[in-house]
Amino acid sequence: MATDLNQQVAGIKEDYKYGFRDSDEHYAFKSGKGLSREVVNQISEMKGEPPWMRELRLKALEIFTSRPVPTWGGDLSELNFDEIHYYMKATDRQGKSWDDVPAEIKNTFDKLGIPEAERKFLAGVGAQYESEVVYHSLREDLQKKGVIFVDTDTAVREYPDLVRQYFGTVIPIHDNKFAALNSAVWSGGSFVYVPAGVKVDIPLQAYFRINAENMGQFERTLIIVEEGAQVHYVEGCTAPIYSTESLHSAVVEIIVKKGARCRYTTIQNWANNIYNLVTKRAVAYEDSLMEWVDGNLGSKLTMKYPAVYMLGKGARGEILSIAFAGKGQHQDAGGKVVHGAPYTSSRIISKSISKNGGRASYRGLLKVADGAKGSKSNVVCDALILDDFSRSDTYPYIEIDEDDVKIGHEASVSKIGEEQLFYLMSRGLSEAEASTMIVSGFIEPLVKELPMEYAVEMNKLIQLQMEGSVG
Amino acid sequence: MSKTLQVENLRVAIEGKEILRGVDLTIRQGEVHALMGPNGSGKSTLSYALMGHPNYEVLDGSVTIDGVNLLELEPNERAKAGLFLAFQYPTAIPGVTVASFLRHAVTNVRHPDRKEGEDLIPMREFRKELRAQMEELGMDPEFARRYLNEGFSGGEKKRAEILQLAMLRPAFAILDETDSGLDIDAVRIVSEGVNRVAARHQTGILVITHYERILNYIKPQFVHILFGGRIVENGGPELVQVLEEKGYDWVREKHPEAARDEDALEEAAKQHQPQFLGTAS
Repeated sequence: MATDLNQQVAGIKEDYKYGFRDSDEHYAFKSGKGLSREVVNQISEMKGEPPWMRELRLKALEIFTSRPVPTWGGDLSELNFDEIHYYMKATDRQGKSWDDVPAEIKNTFDKLGIPEAERKFLAGVGAQYESEVVYHSLREDLQKKGVIFVDTDTAVREYPDLVRQYFGTVIPIHDNKFAALNSAVWSGGSFVYVPAGVKVDIPLQAYFRINAENMGQFERTLIIVEEGAQVHYVEGCTAPIYSTESLHSAVVEIIVKKGARCRYTTIQNWANNIYNLVTKRAVAYEDSLMEWVDGNLGSKLTMKYPAVYMLGKGARGEILSIAFAGKGQHQDAGGKVVHGAPYTSSRIISKSISKNGGRASYRGLLKVADGAKGSKSNVVCDALILDDFSRSDTYPYIEIDEDDVKIGHEASVSKIGEEQLFYLMSRGLSEAEASTMIVSGFIEPLVKELPMEYAVEMNKLIQLQMEGSVG
Repeated sequence: MSKTLQVENLRVAIEGKEILRGVDLTIRQGEVHALMGPNGSGKSTLSYALMGHPNYEVLDGSVTIDGVNLLELEPNERAKAGLFLAFQYPTAIPGVTVASFLRHAVTNVRHPDRKEGEDLIPMREFRKELRAQMEELGMDPEFARRYLNEGFSGGEKKRAEILQLAMLRPAFAILDETDSGLDIDAVRIVSEGVNRVAARHQTGILVITHYERILNYIKPQFVHILFGGRIVENGGPELVQVLEEKGYDWVREKHPEAARDEDALEEAAKQHQPQFLGTAS
């Protein structure tokens, strides 16, 4: 039973289980703080990149520098770009098998349970430790079918034509300040290519982890799902606690071609001082399906709105988003759906929980272009506020330029019910257990969409968040 | 060992308004008591106050199980001490299955010293027991996977309450209007379930109702009439007959002071229905 909390969290009592950290000494290379053309050149050189990528980086840097910090969302005024390391290479070696991975890094992964996860059912593991992928494996049968699952740096070297064809096409370098930043300094991330008609029936997984104080992590993920193909990509993050500000700014681009399906599942649990500013966007062509399942915990501020641009007739987009805002945290999350073709349909389900002074905002865009007749969209956002000091807000933006559409929008805000608490307590549950049960029930619609292990982890993380505030 | 639930001079207020004006009641394990009274006489207030609802303010009196003062305990601790309330309006807990909720509850009640986060009772054992109890209550095994009380029909809700009673095996169970909203077949099934539990575990039962029909199935040895916030008549099963034939008018005439309080309560109940019911939804 995936949602049986107490069973799964037995023994997890530390304030922050994943707050362990390794020493910094083993980093093979660490760039200086701050950002300049020199730093960008250095990164590109270290990676031995072709000139076109270096040029793209430098151009993106210019755009990043020229754009103001956005003020429409969360508070970014304390984010100091000069205090961040933009590149760090954890090890010179990139292991192909588990034995090749350095012991200290292995320790960290062991604590996160990755090897076990792999044994069970992983198709491939691309685990990002710092800015560089150190461990990568992919089941042979997938390789035979032509599925590519490598870190993006490797992809630039080994599949330059494919990368060049798609890189920056879904999220151009000038899209927004943080996408430009990522484009300038990106490192790591996953590159996934699924050839036409190939169905990858086991989730592809990657674990991400930031592990150096003041170090930005700028992974770049690019997924191409050819016609009639299917893939489920899963990404989970746990990060250690640090005392000074840190920045995570990823870009994820996905192309879902005719009749293809792609699901991208994320659970992110950043340390409480991290700015998590991510641009995720997919384009979905004719009769294809793109699904984002997005769980956000931790961080100081998260701004993330997975998007689906439906550009082919009959395309579908689904976004399931969950946010948990605890003390000192602002989760500004939601989703964007753009209907750019007829008979497209979309659904956004957003659930947020705020407690201990946390703030959860839903920010969503629903756009239907002129000519996208017969399109349907349904948006549901539910907020659960656990105490009187916490906050929830909703910013739904709706732009409809077509008459023949069906649109639904529901929003609800509820406080944890006194009657629910009393009912559960009358059956022997403590107030804390009862609250946790109510919260885990609230997010159940998301949790049940997760692969088993992630459901377990999600429940553990929720339990930790709940415990953090009790007593 | 047989336990005793003792209620003495219990006075309870909601939002500063006194509802119970000194209730005395003694229930031993294995006994079946019925508490009857018109709408708004304070019946549900008594059940919520005994279970420890935070909105019910105890002004005076005591409630003990074998000398343990329940009034100092949180509702979950009262459950562990052996008290159970079958709710008139059970609350829905979306996303939490009947099975996972009950496994947690059963673990806590049967192992009162268990620390939070420690192991729950073994899944296999629990499932086996749950399935057997559900079968006795004529419930589809699928029911265990549904979300607690969400979208349940009236009958399903009441049956789920009795399932919880059967699994938690309390020393004392209060059944708050368990028959309301049920057709006669459902009343029979639910009552049979209660009788089985009571016979098996020597449960002391307090049936709160203002209809007689459930008492044809759960037969009380002791009957009490609550009127104007106090128990004004105590008797045996014959009292049920009297109420059925004559209604409450004679009670009113016999206890004029209680009748005045009763009228005031009914008036207030009309104005504050949700608060009095405790569960509006």
